[in-house]
Amino acid sequence: KQNAAAQKQAEPAVLQPTPQPKDDFQEELVVRPLHSGDIYASFQFRTLWETDFMRGNKVSHYRLFPKSLGQVISKFSVRELHISFTQGYWRTMQWGQPYLPSPPGAELWVWFQDSVTDVDATWKELTNVLSGIFCASLNFIDSTNTVQPSASFKPLGIGNVTDHRFLRYATLPREIVCTENLTPWKKLLPCGSKAGLAVLLKSEKLFHSSFHSQAVHIRPVCQDWQCKTTSWELRQTLNVVFDLHNSGQGKREWSLFKMFSRTLTEACPLASSSKIYIDITDNPEQFELSPATSLLSQAMVLGDRRTFSVYDLTQQDTFGSVRSLNLLIRWKSTEGDMLRPLLHAERYVAGYGLQTGEIHTLMYNHHPYRSFPVLLLDSVPWYLRLYIHTLTVTSKGKDNKPSYIHYQPSKDRVRPHLLEMLVQLPPNSVTEVTVQFERALLKWTEYTPDPNHGFYVGSSVISSLVPSTVAMDTNSTRERPLFSSFFPCKEESSYFVRVYTEPLLVNLPTPDFSMPYNVICLTCTVVAVGYGSLYNLLTRSFQIEEPSPGLAKRIANVIRKMRGVPPL
Amino acid sequence: MKTHVLFNLFATFLLADGLNIEVSVFDFSLQLQISHRFVFLILNFTRNVAPLLINTQLFTRFLSRISQDSAGQFFSSGHTNNWAVLVCTSRFWFNYRHVANTLSVYRSVKRLGIPDSHIVLMLADDMACNHRNPKPATVFSHKNMELNVYGDDVEVDYRGYEVTVENFLRVLTGRLPPSTPRSKRLLSDDRSNILIYLTGHGGNGFLKFQDSEEISNVELADAFEQMWQKRRYNELLFIIDTCQGASMYERFYSPNLMALASSQVGEDSLSHQPDLAIGVHLMDRYTFYLLEFLEDIHPASKANMNDLFKVCPKSQCVSTPGHRTDLFLRDPGSVLITDFFGSVRKVEITTEAIDLTDPIKEVEERYMHSYVDQLPVSEIIHQKPKQKDWHPPDGFILGLWTLILLVFFQTYGVKHLRHIF
Repeated sequence: KQNAAAQKQAEPAVLQPTPQPKDDFQEELVVRPLHSGDIYASFQFRTLWETDFMRGNKVSHYRLFPKSLGQVISKFSVRELHISFTQGYWRTMQWGQPYLPSPPGAELWVWFQDSVTDVDATWKELTNVLSGIFCASLNFIDSTNTVQPSASFKPLGIGNVTDHRFLRYATLPREIVCTENLTPWKKLLPCGSKAGLAVLLKSEKLFHSSFHSQAVHIRPVCQDWQCKTTSWELRQTLNVVFDLHNSGQGKREWSLFKMFSRTLTEACPLASSSKIYIDITDNPEQFELSPATSLLSQAMVLGDRRTFSVYDLTQQDTFGSVRSLNLLIRWKSTEGDMLRPLLHAERYVAGYGLQTGEIHTLMYNHHPYRSFPVLLLDSVPWYLRLYIHTLTVTSKGKDNKPSYIHYQPSKDRVRPHLLEMLVQLPPNSVTEVTVQFERALLKWTEYTPDPNHGFYVGSSVISSLVPSTVAMDTNSTRERPLFSSFFPCKEESSYFVRVYTEPLLVNLPTPDFSMPYNVICLTCTVVAVGYGSLYNLLTRSFQIEEPSPGLAKRIANVIRKMRGVPPL
Repeated sequence: MKTHVLFNLFATFLLADGLNIEVSVFDFSLQLQISHRFVFLILNFTRNVAPLLINTQLFTRFLSRISQDSAGQFFSSGHTNNWAVLVCTSRFWFNYRHVANTLSVYRSVKRLGIPDSHIVLMLADDMACNHRNPKPATVFSHKNMELNVYGDDVEVDYRGYEVTVENFLRVLTGRLPPSTPRSKRLLSDDRSNILIYLTGHGGNGFLKFQDSEEISNVELADAFEQMWQKRRYNELLFIIDTCQGASMYERFYSPNLMALASSQVGEDSLSHQPDLAIGVHLMDRYTFYLLEFLEDIHPASKANMNDLFKVCPKSQCVSTPGHRTDLFLRDPGSVLITDFFGSVRKVEITTEAIDLTDPIKEVEERYMHSYVDQLPVSEIIHQKPKQKDWHPPDGFILGLWTLILLVFFQTYGVKHLRHIF
């Protein structure tokens, strides 16, 4: 009642004397025109909250941080949680590197606190709870598709314990992403989809795109440069790439209304900062941006120094006299090639038939003179039996021995294969990793209702520290735009990058499901006819039956019977 | 009082008789039909395990109301919350219309007031974001893309491979694994009115789930009986839009069930209209006309079930819709549409104030934290191999070694044992 009264009078809150834990919300949209004419928009919504979920007394007052996620963190003792839902595949060669990479389908990786005693049981409960929160079938994550990487997926937040016993990673490449996943995701935002940048998130436009990815990242971060206090950071990110021909009608002329069918009218009132960044580094003289803005900013992101035009939505004059902001971006295509990304990967299945096959993973290093190490993580389901003795790693035609291999063999119906390798990629080369496999025959109840579609193998993950052309910013707490501060940077000469390959679709030998019925009919018929005949032959006795005599004889027999004489 | 005890015993005896349970309970329900009001009283007594005082109160109230001849008031529904379970059981793109059917009922039910937390929506396949859909994130019910029933605010609880007969029956009976989230549970109680809508491909006595399994009408009837015995519903409306849908409600035997079907046994339910841009049939006829009927209903509407039975006559539907009300205790004319499709929300205004306790200020330890190195190459290369858990040797290994030892000792003689031990 006190709070309500205070709000009604619009006074600065004269509430309780003790201060509440501070929470802060920032929202940001980065728009990057791509070389191929498509346009890439990346939303990031970050909530920082200085509280401790792990203490005894439970947190009870939630303001900007969503309560459902806060309860998940405290109940399951989660240290870090990263979940992403992606529709489409990121084409690195045409679009460059994304700000936040994600594999097709659903991906979930979690670091638990070291106070958890049974990690597997907690993981199973966590996936069930998350499937209810995000309306996704995450309950299909079980031991057959969960792995425990030994060197990849180090925590992105602060911490000094990295015992990989507390890490679990799983992907569901088959998971469909649609409005029913976007709806609960939007409900986690403090302003919902009513104000601020989230107004632009309309499903009919977002899903009519080449690539759509929404993710939630929760981790503890440093509050200040001394890093003596930590706060919990919740980042909700949404990356979307609109196609030039599908949504853009073939013209390199994009506006907010064309992309999202909405314009912006105000910033989220709960946000401390609400900004739009347009990347104008490429072809600056042919670039047209309206309404014009004088704010420019530079940021070191993805190993490059990029220049951005900034629109600050918390300033009223950004919206102009019409009280709405509709950015118009126009550029001409340049004839030159795009700067090739330094690290790129592909994967495909080779072979023929339904018995054996071969998985080929190609990793490209496009740097002209520097070589760098990459960590390859492969998780293959148990029904593709890998022959690890056929594993070969070749670069430029020569054998390239990995400096670290961790292999955990699969167990039928219990766990998948896990292969992690640290490979040094020579400069300007292609490294090929091949391994042969054999396809297993599943039990007939284990097939999905549409088995002829095929079975998915999750994407490989390639993590690497790629040398950068400019000195990266290692100061983690200076005021930086959100898109450049996701991966922590420890040294200036390289930046961390994670590349996902395509998922594979393999056909397993599929039985004809009408056969049980056919077999039962056939067997029963054969048994009935065969056994029935045999039974009759064995158990019935045969009697000779005389044919019935003619009429004359019958009359004669009747007379003879009357006479008392034996018949003819 | 004695009579009600006797009746109670009689009822339990009949129910417990496993041999011909179906027939006896059906007979019992026939008797219910005949002596409608009397039996309502009996049921009231047998169900209420309340003190006698309340029973006598009800009895006197019953008498006074009968004498006042305001029977309509007395038979008003006694539910306090509404639930809906909407299931689409078909997979593949050419079954677009079944998903559109379910979503149009979902849309009506949400519009009339039932919140997402009280709706369990099961869609066996994704049509909106299917790659064949020319307009992604939309599911249309009228051709020329007039009405998008998918909308912008939809929460699907069971999707894709999760829509199985087992999950459906577990949702109905409440026997779900303990880690199932709330949005996937049907948390109804004995004062809940539940709407159950099924659509897909069906036949005489069964409904096909995802082209690989089916649910029979006997299983469904038993599931409803389980719900009744566990007091999971007050009244239940069952609507089914499949071929030969009336066969699915033939076997019901629990009280307070009302059922509607789009076609009789031996008839097929037909689809309504194709959209040439999308390339598939958009809706089934029965649900199309049901949607049109429901669009005219608003939360304060007084339309009753008799209007619902008239939806889609044979001239529009080609098949003959059927309904079953013999197990339902109230007169269908007194049952409002919003009793099942809308939501009753009772608001209690209180003037009490609650004192909030002050939050406790905690003092944290201050020590330096740091970010972890993402790719510590030297650390990875020199990583100690994990201590593998020691497992006792497998039966196979033991057998193999025993065989080797046996062969060895057989060949070379037992005297060599001396050298080993």
